[in-house]
Amino acid sequence: MSLQALSADGHTVTYTDRRRWLWSLSLAWPLMPVAACWLAVSSGQPAWFWATLVVWYVAVPVLDHLLPMDASNPPQEVMEQLDAERYYRVLTYLTVPIHYFTLLYTAYVVGTQNLPWHALLGLALSVGVVNGLAINTGHELGHKNTKLERWLAKIVLAVVGYGHFFIEHNRGHHVDVATPQDPASAKMGQSIYGFACSEIPGAIRRAWASEKTRLARCGKGPWTLANEVLQPLLITLVLYAGLLYALGWVIVPFLFLQAFWGWFGILTSANYIEHYGLLRQKLENGRYERCQPHHSWNSNHVMSNVILFNLQRHSDHHAFPMRRYQSLCSFQKLPELPSGYPLMFGIALIPPLWFALMDPRVVAWADGDMTKLNVLPAMRDQLVRRYARDRAATA
Amino acid sequence: MSPATEAYRCPGCGYTYLTAQGAPHEGFAPGTPWSAIPENWACPDCAVREKPDFIAIPNSAQVVPGTP
Ligand SMILES: [Zn+2]
Repeated sequence: MSLQALSADGHTVTYTDRRRWLWSLSLAWPLMPVAACWLAVSSGQPAWFWATLVVWYVAVPVLDHLLPMDASNPPQEVMEQLDAERYYRVLTYLTVPIHYFTLLYTAYVVGTQNLPWHALLGLALSVGVVNGLAINTGHELGHKNTKLERWLAKIVLAVVGYGHFFIEHNRGHHVDVATPQDPASAKMGQSIYGFACSEIPGAIRRAWASEKTRLARCGKGPWTLANEVLQPLLITLVLYAGLLYALGWVIVPFLFLQAFWGWFGILTSANYIEHYGLLRQKLENGRYERCQPHHSWNSNHVMSNVILFNLQRHSDHHAFPMRRYQSLCSFQKLPELPSGYPLMFGIALIPPLWFALMDPRVVAWADGDMTKLNVLPAMRDQLVRRYARDRAATA
Repeated sequence: MSPATEAYRCPGCGYTYLTAQGAPHEGFAPGTPWSAIPENWACPDCAVREKPDFIAIPNSAQVVPGTP
């Protein structure tokens, strides 16, 4: 399949998307825990319950570094055609029921197999990773303005109890990104654990406040079915209550752990690394400068971009949030992460390692001017002294 | 130009606010004048640009509402 268009000077531009068929793997990723259950039960080897985690935290990073980076972009002339191709968006739709199937199937295994604690832990975290991908799909769908896609976003987010993201991410994070006002933009010197303590409750609080304001303008109170925070929450409650009723209390730790890892292990981790330390400057009129490409960290590692619907081409996503994943572009001289998201998530869990790796990059981004960075206020003096000393030593 | 034909376009994504149409989901009934929209209101489609960034479109009687 190739696309053709005329360039401004009358040449025919032909473009073949080399990743076109790779994107269909999106339908397979969510099934990894299902395959792992099947392998574990049929082989009698409970280690298989950890397979999804090995894929995510080990195999994908290894492939990221073995395969050459891909910074290629579709030519401008075919962008509109590529964005409009139905094939790509249908893949995102199809992943939605697959996420439900995976949750139901793995919950059934937990409810009927009397698993040892380590198997339960591995499976719950695996489903957490996959449900983090559900949040990623909800993110891709939630940025579109069609009724169908906005509903699919709410439905797929409900599988992991994160429906409020649909509101807060679009109306909160995208507006306040890379400013101290945004709980989903991490400050330099802030560990992922400190970040999570403000990001997770902040998202819920801000989503609720945003819907309350919108509904008040519509002449309604917040306790209505028109509340788009409550709609997906109701789906989650029915789904989880149904699993509890069908499978009993044994399911509770599983449901709790998978949701926790989907929230913290994937989504909070993504928010943590996407804008760490970067800051938009305040203009004279009191508004912040608009979000620019240099206000996001990016990665062109192939394997993780294929799993994450190109989310790592993050600068372009913030410039054109409605642009579909297949047409997100990479640009030169953007802030670059040293690895794809999966490995960076793992590194973020060990704060000293994260700080050692990322803080020098953040300081270099601002050319050593610490006033141009989003720094945790309690850490500012200490970080300013440290990096002033480092620069003096290398000067 | 009567207020009923005001049109303002988001410079980021092309979403267009037409007074006659309003933005009912956002709580702005048809006929809500641009001046009644709060200053910090962000584009309902892209949320990258806010009300002060929107561009007034002349001859807006022919403008199609929503996103092109
Ligand atoms: Zn817009």
